[in-house]
Amino acid sequence: MSLAQPGVGAPRGSGPRGFFAYFRPQESIPRRVYLGTVTGSAVGLVLLWCIVSYGKLVEPLFLPSPTAILAAAVDLLRDGSLIQDAQASVYVIVTGWALAVLVGVPVGILMGSFKVMEALVEPVVDFVRYLPVSAMIPLLILYIGIGTSEKIAVIFIGTFFQLVLLVADVAAHVPHEQLDVSYTLGASRAQVVARVLLPATLPGVMDTLRITMGWAWTYLIVAEIVSADRGLGYLILNSMRGLFTDRIFVGLLVIGGLGLLMDLTFKWLHRRLLPWSPKA
Amino acid sequence: MTAKLRIREVSVAFRTRKGAELVAVDRLSLDVADREIISIVGPSGCGKSTLLRLIAGLVRPSSGEIWLDGHQVMDPGADRGMVFQSYTLFPWLTVQGNVEFGPRLRRVPDATRQEAARRFINMVGLAGFEHAYPKELSGGMMQRVAIARALANDPEVLLMDEPFGALDAQTRAFMGELLLDIWQKSPKTILFVTHDIEEALFLGDRVYVMTARPGRFRAEVSLTLPRPRTLEVTTSEEFVSAKRRVLAMIREETARTMGAGAGADDGRTV
Repeated sequence: MSLAQPGVGAPRGSGPRGFFAYFRPQESIPRRVYLGTVTGSAVGLVLLWCIVSYGKLVEPLFLPSPTAILAAAVDLLRDGSLIQDAQASVYVIVTGWALAVLVGVPVGILMGSFKVMEALVEPVVDFVRYLPVSAMIPLLILYIGIGTSEKIAVIFIGTFFQLVLLVADVAAHVPHEQLDVSYTLGASRAQVVARVLLPATLPGVMDTLRITMGWAWTYLIVAEIVSADRGLGYLILNSMRGLFTDRIFVGLLVIGGLGLLMDLTFKWLHRRLLPWSPKA
Repeated sequence: MTAKLRIREVSVAFRTRKGAELVAVDRLSLDVADREIISIVGPSGCGKSTLLRLIAGLVRPSSGEIWLDGHQVMDPGADRGMVFQSYTLFPWLTVQGNVEFGPRLRRVPDATRQEAARRFINMVGLAGFEHAYPKELSGGMMQRVAIARALANDPEVLLMDEPFGALDAQTRAFMGELLLDIWQKSPKTILFVTHDIEEALFLGDRVYVMTARPGRFRAEVSLTLPRPRTLEVTTSEEFVSAKRRVLAMIREETARTMGAGAGADDGRTV
């Protein structure tokens, strides 16, 4: 890659030149070099995969070739199960996450803004968030059974407590002087909350939504480990029993792809909805 | 002369975690006339910002009283506008939206409100930036918007807490002149806290020098410099000698906070 070209676009000044010039801490690098490295990283990984799989350096059982995975994906698409699995998983994740957001964002803002709420909520949240979600499954089955609701509950518990703390942190870091200046402009306490505190939390809350959506995906397998008959997690677990490694990879790639898509959507929404945000 | 703002024997004390009593400001008294500009200088931590926050109603005095136009100050209110050192613009509002914030709270009709906002945006020299968001502005521009926002609310007193403290020296000098220019056009009672002696003397009709904590008024320096003032006055003999006197006092007070025990002590122990 262009990394090897010495001195091209290297930062000026003293110190090492060429390749090593790109290893100055926190220094920006030319855009061309950056994009080249990104492409190189992705292409290189696929290339390595091709060499290892087509070159028969590794058993297909452990690492199927790209064509084998593509064929498995086409199969799963033909019989319609891949779409159904993806839909089932997206439904569980989005519902569980949305419920967590609906309850967690208000609780987090209250907790970050009012010390009384912090004292009320924090001990509970700090305790529960250290409990592994998988350890709660027996209780969840006991309380709500083994249907879709149980899976949604797993996602909810996996994201809710972290989300509350992240949002509370966002609210607690609204600059105090922005509130002070509002009072001196004649704002009442309710007006300070509605017109200053809440809008001020929007960029941070938006970021939190994106981050917790990522976490919701990581709880997918945990959610679908109990008596699922649909879903991408189910696809992976079920394929393991038959040693269909290619299908496992299809499941992983679809999860990764959907996750990436949602992440990009959130970033796009942030720029669209909050053009004033310093992060937009 | 009846004073517009009366500060009577105001003290603020609080308890530290270890239970010791800490006096931030100690029995401050001050009368400010209508349309007067008072500068307050003092070493870091002397309580000069606390004094402004007291007048704003953001801090309650432990003892003493503050009166504005015959009403005792109990809470924050729109009659006492404040400009802070840190950037306090609302990032989700445009320049225009920020300046209209106060009048909007009071439900001033759209046309009146927009007209007033435009007038003050022009006054601080930001015509053309009405629709810009704060993130698109420089530090100096943001502080000009903050001043316009405070003035658009038409407060009785403008409290300025080191408003130019975060700006570079050139911008600072420019902002000082701008503030006086605005004052000429629309005179307000202003209390201006700074640690920049030259700025304090240039802006103020009177300059109060505060002692190290607990904050008291150590001296009052009155200037007879004519208005309107330009930066040229900073080289006049009266200005330079006043600057020398204030500087000597501040150095003494700063030395005290540093524990150097420089002369003229009143027997206070640290």
